[in-house]
Amino acid sequence: MVINLNKDNYKKIVSKITPKENKVKNALISFFIGGLIGMLGQIIVTILENNYSINHNDATTIMIIILIFISCFLTGLGFFDNFVSKAKAGLIIPITGFAHAMASAMLEYKNEGLVTGIGMNAFKLAGSVILYGTISAYFFGVIKYFVFGG
Amino acid sequence: MIFVYSFIFCGTICLLGQIILDNTNLTPGHVTTMFVIFGGLLNAFDLYDKFIKWFGAGTLVPITSFGHSLTHAVMSAIDKDGILGLFTGMFNLTTAGIVAAMVFGFITSMIFKARD
Repeated sequence: MVINLNKDNYKKIVSKITPKENKVKNALISFFIGGLIGMLGQIIVTILENNYSINHNDATTIMIIILIFISCFLTGLGFFDNFVSKAKAGLIIPITGFAHAMASAMLEYKNEGLVTGIGMNAFKLAGSVILYGTISAYFFGVIKYFVFGG
Repeated sequence: MIFVYSFIFCGTICLLGQIILDNTNLTPGHVTTMFVIFGGLLNAFDLYDKFIKWFGAGTLVPITSFGHSLTHAVMSAIDKDGILGLFTGMFNLTTAGIVAAMVFGFITSMIFKARD
């Protein structure tokens, strides 16, 4: 009885505290980091618009390019994987994750040569984003054209 | 205030991604792919453009905006060129992101060594 009770208690404590706390903690961290990156994007756009009088569309494009450059650079230096293991989805879901996926795939297969290594593996991880993004956009376009008449 | 809205929007998308990652067996690849399609779907109902107005550039940072840009480009190409726009207009808005990722990724792989 005592052992059973202990087991039950143990199970209860484990299931109550450990995974829940981790999940909540992970969720909060990714909210915070993801939010910071979103805010960084807005800050870059605001600075470009106000200080360099660039129009809004160009400013957002430059902002995306800057974020991609930063994440490629950090991937090359080897920091980004550490950041991802701590920040989780906070870095995977923003455009930084897309850039990281491409840069790390190219870096990883570098030793296999320019064509068979880098060339054939560049889109290994990011390819599904581009493929299914394109397929779904095409599908929505077809619906718009044929159902709603262009 | 727009900074706070950007923070909240981008943070919420990442929070959703993390919840999906933690509670299912899906990989980050699955989640990003889902979010791209989800962004395209939101744009198909003209919702994402409203989000951009309300929440600022924070909406353009998550991967959902990639799906939004693809769908948005196709929609405006259809308005302009008819059915041929389905084929010609797909990457009109996302070119910068894809090219930047390819070029900077390539330069990165040239300069740095892989670390394991």
